[in-house]
Amino acid sequence: MISSPVLSVKNLSKSYNSGDRTLTVLSHVTFSLAKAATCAIVGPSGSGKTTLLGLCAGLDRPSTGAVAIHGIDLENLDEDARAKIRNEFVGFVFQNFQLMPTLTALENVMVPLELRGESRVKARAAELLHRVGLEKRLHHYPAQLSGGEQQRVALARAFINRPKILFADEPTGNLDAETSEKIVHLLFDLNREARTTLVLVTHNLELAQRTQRIIRLKGGAVIADESTNNKYTENVLVEAI
Amino acid sequence: MSKQSKNYALKTMPIKLSLFDPWIWRMAARDSRNQRRRLLLFMSSIAVGIAALVAISSVGKNLDAAIDEQAKALLGADLLIRSRQPFAATTEALFDSLGGAQSREVGFASMIYFPKSNGTRLARIRALAGDFPYYGEFETAPSAAATSFRTGQHALVEDALLLQYGAAVGDSMKIGAVKFQIVGRLKKMPGESSASAFFGPRVYFPLAYLEQTQLVQRGSQITYAVYFKFDRAIDAKKLVEAIKPHLEQQRLRTETVETRKAELGQAMRNLTNFLSLVGFIALLLGSVGVASAVHVYIKQKLSAIAVLRCLGAATRQTFNIFLLQALALGLLGSVVGAAIGVYIQTLLPSVLSDFLPVQLEANISWPAIAEGMLAGLTMALLFALLPLLAIRNISPLLTLRADYETTARARDPWRWLLYALIALAITGFAMRQMQGWLQGLIFAAAVGASFGLLSAAAKLLTVMTRKFFPDGWSYTWRQGLANLFRPHNQTLMLMLAIGFGAFLISTLYLTQHTLLRQVSLTGADEQPNLVFFDIQPDQQAEAAELIRASGLPVMQQVPIVTMRLEKINGRDVRELQKDSTTTISGWALRREYRSSYRDSLNDNEKIIAGKFQPRVKNSADTIFVSLEKDIAEELKAKVGDELVFDVQGIAMATRIGSVREVDWQRMMPSFFVLFPQGVLEAAPQFHVIVTRAPSNEQSARLQQAMVQRFPNVSGIDLALILNTVDAILNKVAFVIRFMALFSIMTGLIVLAGAVITSRYQRIQESVLLRTLGANRRQVLRIMAIEYFFLGGFAALTGLLLATAASWALAVLVFETSFAPAALPMLVILILVMGLTMLIGLLNSRGIIDRPPLEVLRAEA
Repeated sequence: MISSPVLSVKNLSKSYNSGDRTLTVLSHVTFSLAKAATCAIVGPSGSGKTTLLGLCAGLDRPSTGAVAIHGIDLENLDEDARAKIRNEFVGFVFQNFQLMPTLTALENVMVPLELRGESRVKARAAELLHRVGLEKRLHHYPAQLSGGEQQRVALARAFINRPKILFADEPTGNLDAETSEKIVHLLFDLNREARTTLVLVTHNLELAQRTQRIIRLKGGAVIADESTNNKYTENVLVEAI
Repeated sequence: MSKQSKNYALKTMPIKLSLFDPWIWRMAARDSRNQRRRLLLFMSSIAVGIAALVAISSVGKNLDAAIDEQAKALLGADLLIRSRQPFAATTEALFDSLGGAQSREVGFASMIYFPKSNGTRLARIRALAGDFPYYGEFETAPSAAATSFRTGQHALVEDALLLQYGAAVGDSMKIGAVKFQIVGRLKKMPGESSASAFFGPRVYFPLAYLEQTQLVQRGSQITYAVYFKFDRAIDAKKLVEAIKPHLEQQRLRTETVETRKAELGQAMRNLTNFLSLVGFIALLLGSVGVASAVHVYIKQKLSAIAVLRCLGAATRQTFNIFLLQALALGLLGSVVGAAIGVYIQTLLPSVLSDFLPVQLEANISWPAIAEGMLAGLTMALLFALLPLLAIRNISPLLTLRADYETTARARDPWRWLLYALIALAITGFAMRQMQGWLQGLIFAAAVGASFGLLSAAAKLLTVMTRKFFPDGWSYTWRQGLANLFRPHNQTLMLMLAIGFGAFLISTLYLTQHTLLRQVSLTGADEQPNLVFFDIQPDQQAEAAELIRASGLPVMQQVPIVTMRLEKINGRDVRELQKDSTTTISGWALRREYRSSYRDSLNDNEKIIAGKFQPRVKNSADTIFVSLEKDIAEELKAKVGDELVFDVQGIAMATRIGSVREVDWQRMMPSFFVLFPQGVLEAAPQFHVIVTRAPSNEQSARLQQAMVQRFPNVSGIDLALILNTVDAILNKVAFVIRFMALFSIMTGLIVLAGAVITSRYQRIQESVLLRTLGANRRQVLRIMAIEYFFLGGFAALTGLLLATAASWALAVLVFETSFAPAALPMLVILILVMGLTMLIGLLNSRGIIDRPPLEVLRAEA
């Protein structure tokens, strides 16, 4: 049995008013993703990738259309309710890591669970940091870590709340090739282990090929929505069935 | 809203959003890491203001306690009864019936003469008999002099006067016709502050020698006083009530411990309230610094806040993290400020010593500490909330797009509520200190206007610099100048901090300068500058001759007749005094009028109503007197009203013929009531002679000659008045400057804070410039130029505001013309500019000497 969609996007559009002109950056996008599915959103600069990611994650409001995460329609939720949805169901990985500079690696990872009011989160955070190979860097500040290490901390933070869906925005955009490869492996491994739905925004077609599905955007519209056949896809399908 | 999302919204009611959520506290502490030194600086900007408030308020509370404790010593007796006339036989009989211990004092102004230095000086003479003071004691050196002067031909002389004339204990001095031996220096009197010596140095001698001095003559302005000490069982207040009819009938004034205490308490409260306002300005300035610092701090936290929002933090949670930091800083600032304030209050008694009539102990006053801390915390919180409000609008989208601009709500009701609360807090504080809503409103409006004008000047500066940017200037000058309007500039903050400090100091200086110039101008251009008074009719001709023989002109010879007001339009003044419905000033009804007569007006007089009557030809004719404008207003009298005067026992009916405007700022005798010729010539009178001495030496020589020839005649010259005014203003200015120091210190801290706040940005720019090939000198010059312009424009704006404020004070309050002082203002301008550059460059040290990469790593 295949589960109901974790992410459902219907007829999504986003426009901005610039003086007396309306600028449409995203137009009538529709797709949905099942549990543990992986999807890449690709396209040239200015094609609307990041806008789509922001709307899917509830960071912004669409001009028209609807987004539902784990069956919950985001449309009429206020900012705080959407923040709560993110805290419970969503994980993020950003191109520029977005770690809080005044928090240690361990504290950065603990934040999502602490926000829920959970106590005794240190062990789980330390365990995740161990999983990403940073067991000796728990008490280092972001400024004391390399780019790759910072992104690993971000990965640990993204998975600590056992998200239903993970949004990754150019996760290797700021890293060298060797480090990028390690991070990508880690990302997909963690994703597989946690059976998280993955939405990946990238310029990197090679990276996109590792997902089950690629949505190509141009000028704010979907110009292609295709499946890929790679080992990750096969694994996921096997597990899903 | 779909059913599912509605259900979810209900389920997601905020969890642990309160300020007391431990996670909020943990995050607030974590977030402040690496920033604590910077945060401490913001904290210290309010600490100075709180220190000032706590110190002043503590002194105020200690003063209240000291006045209570030393209440009896303030008067030195249980009851004091005073009169301008010798006591009548009935009054003497009354005094006998009152019993208790009694001391007599006769006080007047007279010249004293020091034979050793050949110096003469007008002094306040007090001839004393009895054991006064009964409570407290004269502070003298040697201490035995407090009693030894009471017997024999001895005098106790104001310490400052002896210092001035190089006289010492054991020397002799002459008062009238009697030579006294100086037996002691008078340091302090119970209930009198040292500053009162400026108005006239005090000299005591035994009452038994008064008659021999021959100084008590007709027309002399003398105060007769009796000090009583009663048994404990007698309540002085009740006693005064019982003898009130007699006191009123004889126009006797009384003072009890209670009335002296109330009077002094009020005066001291006025002093400490005024100083508190000066301290409050420092706090206000510090609060603006807090607002600016928090504003920049939050700007630098945008990304972290966006991440938190992204990870699921509710708006209120992120808001509370930073609110808690602001609260903690405010609290820490308050505690540190209070501690410094407690220390400073130990210094204040010596700063204020000349104005304090009581011995002050520096006890810790918890209410004062609580009040100061509350004021500090409130102001810090209100001002910090202004920039904190922006947190609510920070979008999580910033994590994806660093250039995403959060649009603040233009009409945010919370922002307006905060503005209203700040205005309310300032007005409330000022109203409490000034004990009047109007004064409070005026203070708040003046502070608001100053800040508004400084902000407007800052805005104008950035706009004008951008508009008229000098493209032809060299790169370093253009870069330095451009820093005034580029994003994240410090122009507004520094204009406020430096401008306000410069404004305070300059206003103080300009006002003092204006007042002093007004006094010195009085004697300029052949105007009289030396006045002799208490000249008896039989001495008049010889005194005038003495002046002429010294080669000086007799510019005016004026007769003076003392009188009291008896009736106004048929109503007895005693009746009017009791009438609670009348608006006539009690002072104008009670006072002894020193009037003159002549047939023409002086050139400092101008008739503004009615007609001046030069002389009365027949004794049956109506006497038309001329009233000075202000006294006519006090008496609510107009042309045609009837005034009856008691001219030393003879009732004299007059009508107001004219009302005059008098320029009192001239050193010549002017009068509230001027009679026509042909009325008062036969009345007991004395004379005043006015002259002009071209030099201080000639003035001194003439005064010596006059005192030796006529010991009862007193002289006062402009130099003495100038010295007195200068001494008083210097004392007052010292206290105000001491308090203004808090504002300046706050200004410097805010300045340093603003510079440090922008340090990171400046570092990035400097590193970029150096990477692009700029050398150390160029980077340093760019920074120096920026602070040069900032300091210069801020000081200039402050100086312009100060000029406007001093002009307003001169014209509206002191009713004189404003005296600009270009050179001192230029000095202030250069000093402020130099200081700004110095602090700016000191804070930038370490940036330009180190390799760019090392700097970036260290500051990250």
